[in-house]
Amino acid sequence: MHNAQQHPQNAVPLNLVEAINRALFQAMEEDGNVVLLGEDIATNGGVFRATEGLKDHFGLRRVMDTPLAENLIAGMSVGMASQGLKPVAEIQFMGFIYAALEQLISHAARLRNRTRGRLSCPLVIRAPFGGGIHAPEHHSESTEALFAHVPGLRVVVPSSPARAYGLLRAAIACPDPVLFLEPKRLYRLQRLPVDTNEEPLPLDRCFTLRAGEDVSLISWGAMVHETLAAADQLAEEGIKADVIDVATLNPLDRDTLIATASKTGRVVIVHEAPFTGGFGAEIAATLASDALMHLRAPIERVTGYDTPMPYFAMEQQYMPSVERIVAAAKRVMKYA
Amino acid sequence: MFSSTPYALHRRLPALEGGHADWPRLIQAYQAMATIRCFDKKAVNLQRTGQLGTYASCLGAEAITVGAGLALQDSDYFVPYYRDHATQHLRGVPLYQILQYWGGDERGNAFPADTAAARDLPNCVPIASQLTQAAGIATKAKLRHEPAAVLATCGDGATSRGDFYESLNVAGVWQLPLVLMVNNNQWAISVPGQLQTASKTLAHKAEAAGIEGIRVDGNDLPAMLDVLDYALDKARHGKGATLVEAVSYRLSDHTTADDASRYRKASDLHAAWQREPVARLRQALVDAGHWDAEQEKDWQAHCQQEVDKAVKTYLDQPPQSPTDMFDYLYANLPVSLEKQRAALTESAGGHHA
Repeated sequence: MHNAQQHPQNAVPLNLVEAINRALFQAMEEDGNVVLLGEDIATNGGVFRATEGLKDHFGLRRVMDTPLAENLIAGMSVGMASQGLKPVAEIQFMGFIYAALEQLISHAARLRNRTRGRLSCPLVIRAPFGGGIHAPEHHSESTEALFAHVPGLRVVVPSSPARAYGLLRAAIACPDPVLFLEPKRLYRLQRLPVDTNEEPLPLDRCFTLRAGEDVSLISWGAMVHETLAAADQLAEEGIKADVIDVATLNPLDRDTLIATASKTGRVVIVHEAPFTGGFGAEIAATLASDALMHLRAPIERVTGYDTPMPYFAMEQQYMPSVERIVAAAKRVMKYA
Repeated sequence: MFSSTPYALHRRLPALEGGHADWPRLIQAYQAMATIRCFDKKAVNLQRTGQLGTYASCLGAEAITVGAGLALQDSDYFVPYYRDHATQHLRGVPLYQILQYWGGDERGNAFPADTAAARDLPNCVPIASQLTQAAGIATKAKLRHEPAAVLATCGDGATSRGDFYESLNVAGVWQLPLVLMVNNNQWAISVPGQLQTASKTLAHKAEAAGIEGIRVDGNDLPAMLDVLDYALDKARHGKGATLVEAVSYRLSDHTTADDASRYRKASDLHAAWQREPVARLRQALVDAGHWDAEQEKDWQAHCQQEVDKAVKTYLDQPPQSPTDMFDYLYANLPVSLEKQRAALTESAGGHHA
């Protein structure tokens, strides 16, 4: 279902972090206002190498190693964006983004509104998130729901190299502030064709990755891969799943979600983040209200537990597995 | 440098030496200070009579906020906290719009496009969070080789926050064209300076960032101009950042929602009034023969007239459309918000955009 696969002549095989790198390069080539800032992004090319080679090509004036202060990175990005630059900042891990919350919530998300359009804040904050790579403490959380609650802040989560490329290009072109959360477990998972000549992808649409009429599996980020594997297993048993990659949490493409739930009548929402107040709750509430008459079974949520993300020795037990997703799908299939 | 002793308080008043004084500029400064004092008194009264929201008075800060307004050039950037009404006004924000902001209406932040204020950031309520933004704007000015300075202001309480240190730090290491000015008015709401820091002065905090720190009498307009002219010019010429500590005294409550009599001694307030900036400059101008009672009477009448006009314009503004809360949030209204926007229009009783 990747766009790139429809245009193999322009496609190059890239993994997700290479796709990010390519999108940054392309955006910087096309627009001199695009500047990068963050920790270890210049000479080191980022701890995940997302900005590899960009300092050498564009120079230190456009690829800036900042002092080690996430709040500063976000605040400077707000200042730059308010005056016509297009800052694309890297927060090294989502676990360190909380120092930047005030800037994102009180400033970036509000600047256009509170100046009645006089100023705007077209920044992009990139942050790797999620577990599964045996990282140190505080390096594996998924707190996207905190940000999706903030009016004015777009929250985007790619789940494949092609969507990483297309969505990041769209995020950088977007006149609104965007939090771009990169599922780091997918950074080097697989190389897939990415068409770098494609139009940017829409920032307000879910992607239907697979069509089926029995059950809707709704997910985003790295969990899309467990969800697709679960759909494969279910297919072997004759259960056909609609698989939806939400991709943009805010603003949410409710129409696509309501359409899939109305079609199948059975919904399983999968995310890595904790259960209570997770973004799955917002989707479930939407469907319980707007697709109620089509639902044949209670909405299931397969999520992390309401505990802190464990240190890596137990992270696999915490994160939703293919088995848990399959089991949930079978539970909803039991309803007539 | 303003003194052979680092961090010594720079002063010019009470006496003004004729040879060094730019009289037209000092008269303009005095007039602006008198205007903003008149405005400030009216704004507090409007709040007391239910015609304005919570308001942060600039009583006692007139030399600081006017000094900033006069020292800034149109090509510079101003990043305020929330007590610099005169700076905003001198950069082109009409007085009625300042009232509109404190009247709870975001249109007060939509500064006129044809003024120096057009690019300035609006008031910043979360303490010190404007300072990192100012560092970002200074970075932009530097990247673009603009001969411009960024002036950011904050209060003494803000110097306890990480944002303050982070901004000074990057301004030093990146040699940013940034002037960070602290209005040290001795009070962060009810908490006095000695509970805020053990630093000898606030200007000393520049030391660790490797930038110059200057202390100036914030009730002394000519001294304020000396320091700000110097620091802004230095920034414009790529010679680095400066921390300015302007020492003053908050003669008002923190805001109209505060009652300073709970924590401030009447005798301290009385003593502070003896050094207040407006009377000091007026006296110096009178002593030097550049201002007299007649001019004073005329100017006070003029101020009253200007303020009354602003109040009328403010009160005459048509209400916002309720849908404005949606329509300026994103560049384009997301589909997902259309339903909520329509619901608001309906519940607002057919008040359409």
